Amino acid sequence: MLQVKNLHASINNKEILRGINLEIKAGEVHAIMGPNGSGKSTLSAVIAGNETYEVTEGDVILDNKSLLEFAPEERAHKGIFLSFQYPIEIPGVTVTNFIKTAVNETRKANGLEELSAKDMLKLIRAKADLLELDRKFLSRSLNEGFSGGEKKRNEIFQMAMLEPKLAILDETDSGLDIDAMKVVANGVNKLKNKDNAVLLITHYQRLLDYITPDFVHVLYNGKIVKSGGKELALELEKKGYDWLK
Amino acid sequence: MNKFTEDDLKKDLENKEYEYGFYTDIEADKFPVGLNEEVVIAISKKKKEPEWMTEWRLDAFRIWKEMEEPDWANVTYKKPSFQDISYYSAPIQKPKLDSLDQVDPELLKTFDKLGISIDEQKRLSNVAIDIVVDSVSVATTFKKTLNEKGIIFMPISEAIQEHPELVKKYLGTIVPKGDNFYAALNSAVFSDGSFCYIPKGVTCPMELSTYFRINEGGTGQFERTLLVADKGSYVSYLEGCTAPQRDENQLHAAVVELIALDDAEIKYSTVQNWYPGNAEGKGGVFNFVTKRGLCEKNAKISWTQVETGSAITWKYPSCILKGDNSVGEFYSIAVTNNYQQADTGTKMIHLGNNTKSTIISKGISAGKSQNSYRGLVQVGKRAKNARNFSQCDSLLMGDLCGAHTFPYIECKNKTAQIEHEATTSKIGEDQLFYCNQRGINTEKAIALIVNGFGKDVLNKLPMEFAVEAQKLLEISLEGSVG
Ligand SMILES: Nc1ncnc2c1ncn2[C@@H]1O[C@H](COP(=O)(O)OP(=O)(O)OP(=O)(O)O)[C@@H](O)[C@H]1O
Ligand SMILES: [Mg+2]
Repeated sequence: MLQVKNLHASINNKEILRGINLEIKAGEVHAIMGPNGSGKSTLSAVIAGNETYEVTEGDVILDNKSLLEFAPEERAHKGIFLSFQYPIEIPGVTVTNFIKTAVNETRKANGLEELSAKDMLKLIRAKADLLELDRKFLSRSLNEGFSGGEKKRNEIFQMAMLEPKLAILDETDSGLDIDAMKVVANGVNKLKNKDNAVLLITHYQRLLDYITPDFVHVLYNGKIVKSGGKELALELEKKGYDWLK
Repeated sequence: MNKFTEDDLKKDLENKEYEYGFYTDIEADKFPVGLNEEVVIAISKKKKEPEWMTEWRLDAFRIWKEMEEPDWANVTYKKPSFQDISYYSAPIQKPKLDSLDQVDPELLKTFDKLGISIDEQKRLSNVAIDIVVDSVSVATTFKKTLNEKGIIFMPISEAIQEHPELVKKYLGTIVPKGDNFYAALNSAVFSDGSFCYIPKGVTCPMELSTYFRINEGGTGQFERTLLVADKGSYVSYLEGCTAPQRDENQLHAAVVELIALDDAEIKYSTVQNWYPGNAEGKGGVFNFVTKRGLCEKNAKISWTQVETGSAITWKYPSCILKGDNSVGEFYSIAVTNNYQQADTGTKMIHLGNNTKSTIISKGISAGKSQNSYRGLVQVGKRAKNARNFSQCDSLLMGDLCGAHTFPYIECKNKTAQIEHEATTSKIGEDQLFYCNQRGINTEKAIALIVNGFGKDVLNKLPMEFAVEAQKLLEISLEGSVG
């Protein structure tokens, strides 16, 4: 589904991604771990098309087509979803209004009709229930004054609404309490099927107890320095990253 | 200077009348350019006004002649030459078109974006409407309902004829002839406008626009509005139109006077979308407006405005809170793009006890535009327990535009409570990327963010107007980030 080939990316002429190779197949769950500043969020931003990063070499391919020429919203329409490490506030725009716009824009781009207000509301309620979101939450301004955990839960709610092909979850687990993490993990697992894929970025083994990865990669200094199965995460938890340097 | 007696003037005029074909039916029913007493008299005569009205205009003209154009606003422009303007032009008969195919496609595109119905599109662009009967009958139904309640709603020129006692009693009481340069000019030469009277205890059963919009396509250059809500009455009045208003008249100077007697409430909403000039800043309407309302005991006036048009806007809808417990509100969104300049705000004059005012102003600047908020909160010596809350937020798009806030407070009574909050923010790259990542393109994202920013004001608009106003904001900012 997704292939990242020898990807180099920089910001202000400073190279941050230094030749990343990664292949994610439909139905798989991949986890990326790695020390602070190793480039995990940068990788997710580049896949999603953030234009502040310059791709200097390599390619990102979705379903055999390069994504690089597409704008962020076009990539979103093709099924790329990024749960932000630091979700952004948009004052005055309610969660409902925002997600409604997102869903309808994506549907239109894919040649589908906009959802009627009634169907939209039904869908929003169903997904809110799945993530045990309080209804009141839906009429609040997007991320404004949300607690850290609420922001993350709201990201996964949006993911559930958009049903992406590839979901990249950038440290969605950090800031969640134990119960919230179970809820979020449960939500992700329910949405998971053989046609989509998940890329988890995390610092902790804990999340991987709930969402079992098929592969674990270690990103260090802009490169993937080791890949393995889920047992690699346990090993990292014990030994840290020093042995990989 | 002019030593003519009135008789001389009249004679002179009669001759000129012929010369310029005042009463003939040639297509452009326009006065020669320039302004002097003769022209003022001619305007009055043309409208068959009673003598007191003619005198009133002349008095205003004499005051105006002695005044100088103000230049304290934070706008720069080449001052119009008042002698190069024609002061009266009857609604020129635009050519009747047979179908929308004959209308400027750009205009139609905008109509579509605004979601204006085909029938209304036709009306606005002067295409013959096949369902004329329908709209006439709708208007008639409105008229009947209003009549039953004793509500007077008619062009001010008709009101001068039919209800001289009311017009005479209230005209110029809130905005005196010599109030300011543009108000004086308007008083001398106003072309037409609306008059509205709501009798005691009557709640006007409809928004007074629906009717208005069916009956009047455009508005004049020097519009005059007088609205009187008698004791205990209520009215919601909508002025303007979201459809783009193209006009050859560069200068617009309107006056609006509101009078809310004891326990009355007036809600006055405006959407203004005059031609702002092109992207290079050429052309565009200069809009200098004086709007003011008076509140008697327990009365309430709220001004809500969405301003997106005009090259230059100069406008301060104000409330004089004369009666005890009266309430004044001002909710405003002003958008400037390209080279537009807006200097707008409000004055809240607290004279009665326990008077309350709220000001919420949202300025959005894009392109190379300048957007200023100017507000005055004044508390008189005898006004006990006055309260004001002001919030002025500015949203900037790009680095070339400007937002300015000038809050003035003059408080002469210690019991007053005055609060002022101001914020300035920018649409961030990170906000746009976040929206983009959710499949929302940048244009749409800006609209979403801007509508969120203006929500507190948009919420105050009557429902149908609010939806159009939101779309209008979207269109006004199109192409402002790229
Ligand atoms: N806009 C930027 N300007 C300058 N440097 C940047 C910018 N964005 C990222 N970087 C740098 O790129 C490197 C990688 O950052 P990134 O956010 O991708 O790390 P990360 O692996 O996600 O770290 P963390 O675990 O702390 O989230 C860091 O050294 C960071 O300082
Ligand atoms: Mg990160």
